[in-house]
Amino acid sequence: MKANYGYMDGSGEYYITIDTDHCNNCSHHGCITGCPKGMFQVITDDYDDEVAEIKEEFRKKIKYDCADCKPTTDRPPLPCQAACTPGAITHSW
Amino acid sequence: MAEKEFWRWKEYNWHDENIDWHGCDAITAGVDVGSVSSQAVILVDGKLYAFATTRTGSDSPKSAQKAMDWALEDTGMTLDDIHYKVGTGYGRVNVPFADRAITEIACHARGGNFMYGNSVRTILDMGGQDCKAIHCDERGKVTNFLMNDKCAAGTGRGMEVFANLLSVPIEDIGELSFQVEKEPEPVSSTCVVFAKTEASALLRKGWPKNKVIAAYCNAMAHRVVTLLERIGVEKDFAITGGIGKNIGVVRRIEKELGITALKADGDTQTAGALGAALFGKALLEKSRK
Ligand code: SF4
Ligand code: SF4
Repeated sequence: MKANYGYMDGSGEYYITIDTDHCNNCSHHGCITGCPKGMFQVITDDYDDEVAEIKEEFRKKIKYDCADCKPTTDRPPLPCQAACTPGAITHSW
Repeated sequence: MAEKEFWRWKEYNWHDENIDWHGCDAITAGVDVGSVSSQAVILVDGKLYAFATTRTGSDSPKSAQKAMDWALEDTGMTLDDIHYKVGTGYGRVNVPFADRAITEIACHARGGNFMYGNSVRTILDMGGQDCKAIHCDERGKVTNFLMNDKCAAGTGRGMEVFANLLSVPIEDIGELSFQVEKEPEPVSSTCVVFAKTEASALLRKGWPKNKVIAAYCNAMAHRVVTLLERIGVEKDFAITGGIGKNIGVVRRIEKELGITALKADGDTQTAGALGAALFGKALLEKSRK
């Protein structure tokens, strides 16, 4: 399942997408420690699969919380993506 | 004299008198406690038996109980006769009698699959205070979803505010929105507060009510189409939630997308509770194995 967390507003689109099909076979859950803001958690979803999600309290302010990782001049690798070796995480930037 | 409440939509209950639930193997219920409305649905051996749709009060557990009691009304059934109950919606963890809570995204996909058939692949749920775009497979399992709950534009609450502002009964808004000579440009499509201010300004400028309604329905449709476009629309397409009953918004969404939405065989507002009751059936069967 592709789970999109975030929003769009007048200034742009701010989404983090997690392809949770990767999470079921992921033993390290690197996203949890990889994100300096602690935005990820692993839960048992409605279909009884273990998947990562963005915590509720971050979903409406991704633009601000991710700002430190996203300089305006560059597109460096993001810590969450580097930590997620299965490649489940994408950002809309 | 009490002020007329133009926003007030129809609250009602229903049950199928042709079904005798006594001695049935699986009686399951779903209760959807949303921010604006609450629904309860009862299934008997997987068939729709009863439902109720009512307004959510300030207390989620009481709203859940009220919806459930109303669905049970005149059926002779009590809460104890129901084998498995699932809570969903934003108040899902506050359904005191629920055996399990399931997210409204999963429930709308499952309920949409039941209501519209297993060809449905994209469901747009236009709820009280949020909008969800959901992709699902032929079993009604979610494959992709996107939710907008940051802004009330494109939601039932936004439409209620608008009905009151214009003093037009909410159920008439859809029809009236087509009684215009020419389709107007949308009002501000990003924020319900701005849209309200803009609508007031247009009325002051002398725009007829119907033209303002058309502009607002147009804005709402455009707003949700933008949301849908982010995950794409795969056919078949269906709309659930209260706004699914507003043809003024639905037809404009269809026009902008170039796709006709499936017609519901039932009340689009009950899709979440229906999905919850279907989850209840699956979980009951699993627990009995
Ligand atoms: S590290 Fe990636 S694959 Fe593993 S749980 Fe987190 S998001 Fe899922
Ligand atoms: S971009 Fe930075 S703050 Fe945002 S989710 Fe990734 S690691 Fe966390």
